[in-house]
Amino acid sequence: MIAVVDYGAGNVQSVLNALDDLKVQYIVSNKEPEIYHADKIIFPGVGEASFAMRKLHLNSLVTMLRVTKKPLLGICLGMQLLSEKSNEGNTCCLGVVPGTCVKYDETKVKVPHMGWNEVKIDLNSVLFDGIEDGSHFYFANSYYLPVCDYTIASSVYDVTFAAAVQRNNYYGVQFHPEKSGEAGIKLLTNFIEKC
Amino acid sequence: MLAKRIIPCLDVKDGRVVKGTNFVNLQDAGGAVELAYRYYKEGADELVFLDITATEEKRKTLVELVREVGKAIRIPFTVGGGISALGDIEALLNAGADKISLNSSIVKNPKLISDASKQFGSQAVVAAIDVKTVNKQKKIFVKGGKEETELEGFEWCKRVNELGAGEILLTSMDHDGTRNGYDVKFLKQVVDAVSIPVIASGGAGKVEDFLEAFEKAEVDACLAAGLFHYNILNIGDLKKYLKENNVRVRL
Repeated sequence: MIAVVDYGAGNVQSVLNALDDLKVQYIVSNKEPEIYHADKIIFPGVGEASFAMRKLHLNSLVTMLRVTKKPLLGICLGMQLLSEKSNEGNTCCLGVVPGTCVKYDETKVKVPHMGWNEVKIDLNSVLFDGIEDGSHFYFANSYYLPVCDYTIASSVYDVTFAAAVQRNNYYGVQFHPEKSGEAGIKLLTNFIEKC
Repeated sequence: MLAKRIIPCLDVKDGRVVKGTNFVNLQDAGGAVELAYRYYKEGADELVFLDITATEEKRKTLVELVREVGKAIRIPFTVGGGISALGDIEALLNAGADKISLNSSIVKNPKLISDASKQFGSQAVVAAIDVKTVNKQKKIFVKGGKEETELEGFEWCKRVNELGAGEILLTSMDHDGTRNGYDVKFLKQVVDAVSIPVIASGGAGKVEDFLEAFEKAEVDACLAAGLFHYNILNIGDLKKYLKENNVRVRL
């Protein structure tokens, strides 16, 4: 059973559509006990970081998300919230992976970073099993997490940034696997079957 | 780096896809969800749905369409057509749409752009702009191209950027349906002046038109409708051609 965390930051319908394709059982919840009892956690998120953190606090989910030993996949803002801090609304995040999320340089590139970007696989991870290095994934973000020791895949915009991270049971992807065609479906399948 | 995008546009009326020339003479081009799925499989990077149904039940039918499309495809899609309230935007995003395209409503109430991008993120807000030449001036038209406004095209593009739109969908009504190529000159002016992605729309008739828009106008995406609906051009073939001509695309 997968728990999809629905805490009021962005819609979860697209993730659910993809899970329906994969015929996996899931619950959609903002309640700690329900999420705690799931086998795996998908942690999506769209929108502004400080607003999303506030929503997590209001739903009393912060501690559970910080200490869980279950495989957890943060998607888009969900991945950024795994970092220590975000400059978007100047907020503390969950602190699972090191680093501060910063904005792309608007004087150099168009912001938001929107569309299909090549993802370079930097470290072996089951998350990318069977996915060709350099595959395109769909992104829609204005802030990014800089590359760190836990970066498993990266992309290039005005800078090279973390496209995916992994630390122990925590996985995060900056792109939207649920919107990235076949490659995205493969990645979600890997998370469900192998992580 | 980011790939250039190819975006089929589906004008939808009562769940069917229609396409006209210069915004009139509508013809039926098939079921919306079936066509969406076909484009997904052919390699479209994104889809745009513009609902031109004009009924009181509009919001309900649009939400229903978004649900069905969301079940069928795994690429992002934008939905637009008569959307003017934050509540409607929220309902459509919650149903599974990635972006909302706003046109007439933001001309009437420009603040809707900033309100929507604050609430849902600028990546979800597309400013759709219909431009037509009147007395050598690029004028903004609304209500599906039926009503001329006071606004000047270039200035309005800069304005929606400042207000917080995440993307501009720029349609040349002069070129729309003619298949004589995009309005490359005006597109280039806008691309150089704004800091957000620009989607070229109106006038595509052959592969060279797409190449010209990407190379000369440096747009981020090209949109077309009838060309794809009637199988005049296959999306996979188009993208292969672009790649052979050194345009970065997702294959």
